[in-house]
Amino acid sequence: MENSKPSLRDEIVRVAGAGVHRDGRWLVRGVDMSIARGEIVTLIGPNGSGKSTTVKIALGIVPADEGEVWRARGLRVGYVPQKVAMDRSLPMTVSRLLALTGRRSRSEIAATLASVGIAHLAGAQIHSLSGGEFQRALIARAIIGRPDLLVLDEPVQGVDFSGEVALYDLIGRIRDDTGCGVLLISHDLHVVMARTDTVICLNGHVCCSGTPEAVSLTSEYAALFGPRGAETLAIYRHDHDHAHLPDGTVRDAAGRLHFDHHAHGPHCGHEHGEKHQDA
Amino acid sequence: MLESFFTRAILAGVGVALVTGPLGSFIVWRRMAYFGDTMAHSAILGVALALFFSISPIIGVFAIAVVVALILAFLQRRGTLSADSLLGLLSHSALALGLVLVSLMPNVRIDLMGLLFGDILAVSAVDLIVIYGGGAVVLAALAWLWRPMLAGTVSEEIAQAEGLNPERTRLVFMVLLAGLIAIAMKILGVMLITAMLIIPATAARRLARTPEQMALYAALGGVAAVLAGLWASLHFDTPSGPSIVVAALGVFTLTSLLPMGGKGPST
Repeated sequence: MENSKPSLRDEIVRVAGAGVHRDGRWLVRGVDMSIARGEIVTLIGPNGSGKSTTVKIALGIVPADEGEVWRARGLRVGYVPQKVAMDRSLPMTVSRLLALTGRRSRSEIAATLASVGIAHLAGAQIHSLSGGEFQRALIARAIIGRPDLLVLDEPVQGVDFSGEVALYDLIGRIRDDTGCGVLLISHDLHVVMARTDTVICLNGHVCCSGTPEAVSLTSEYAALFGPRGAETLAIYRHDHDHAHLPDGTVRDAAGRLHFDHHAHGPHCGHEHGEKHQDA
Repeated sequence: MLESFFTRAILAGVGVALVTGPLGSFIVWRRMAYFGDTMAHSAILGVALALFFSISPIIGVFAIAVVVALILAFLQRRGTLSADSLLGLLSHSALALGLVLVSLMPNVRIDLMGLLFGDILAVSAVDLIVIYGGGAVVLAALAWLWRPMLAGTVSEEIAQAEGLNPERTRLVFMVLLAGLIAIAMKILGVMLITAMLIIPATAARRLARTPEQMALYAALGGVAAVLAGLWASLHFDTPSGPSIVVAALGVFTLTSLLPMGGKGPST
């Protein structure tokens, strides 16, 4: 993925030494982060490690009690928060939700809904959607305005596995098409790391950051996620032509299932855990 | 036409209902029913202070409603008491304080029933100008701020992140509500204003598929309630304000029997 990075960093958000203090304790402290156009930055870390807070600092939703936050002037943001609790008394169709923060044409709405795979739900009420469908609607809403910065706080919650892979692919495609920066929070180390340029590992502070390969080799990463974390990362990093299903089965590009977790086709001549050349 | 007290009453009621529909929809969506009630109750204190300082009651009511809302926002930020306790405290304190103040002014004779439950049949031509002028201002502001207010209602975080300044719109909404209370107090009285905010909006919920539809249907439902209520009031010689609210309840009951708008086939 090295070649998809911008050669000249066109920075759109920078957070330096930021911290948020609440009820006598620091939720996060000493956060340094920078997002450039065309870059996908992923925040990982255990529950309560301050991932959402860090995102909110970067977006200006939560003011930083120390440190500095800078955003490019006139930055267009598309945001998918971790939780959206809409009161049931508010009638809302999926189409109307997409026009929440700006006027949108009918064709824009149709095209965006199609890109997240819910074109058939345009006229459906939000309250009738399943968790995964609602999540897709929120992502559609965030991307319809062609943002400079797309921010997704656990975007695949409630989405099944194949949908999850498709959504991460979509996020990567949006980045490729529009050149926007992407800030992502995720628990799914394996799926997301393969599509990330920079990983920031949080646990109340920045433990480590860098490319997925570099981060996975650090002792801080191993301490947080254990050797299994590093292993998963390596597996998913090296190969994009097959998918690992939750039960350990491997589905290859042709749709065949391999029940031996570490089985690779004869074309795949590499050792496990070793960095693989991206095609 | 304006010569007839009944025509003026109808015009006044319709004017107020057209504003309470959309504004009340936001009250329902944002779960602010008790907040609206508290601001309305504080109107008594506003009237008392206006009499004391010899200013227009409308200005007194508006000012006190805004002050009460600001106090509430301040106390909520301190976060030691829950919102409903704070609302109960402010709501009834303002009401009681207003009533005590009025009784302490010996030269002032005040129509307490009119204050509490409205006196729509005593509406003057000047009142009509105030209602339609003020109502137009409130509706225009609401239309102007519709998108950011709705975005903030769905998610303050999205609104904030995408540059729609939800804090400012929340403040403006509060001012609009205070304005409505000031112009509607004479028609509905402080006890019944909230009813016309909440009931038509909840009645409209079942028929609406979008927020805009709900606001429109709420306004129409409110107008229907005013017409039916005033007619009943004339016919059965019942008090006009409560009759309008009872008619609104009738509208709500009717729409409750209809199928949910949201469940219909997608278009």
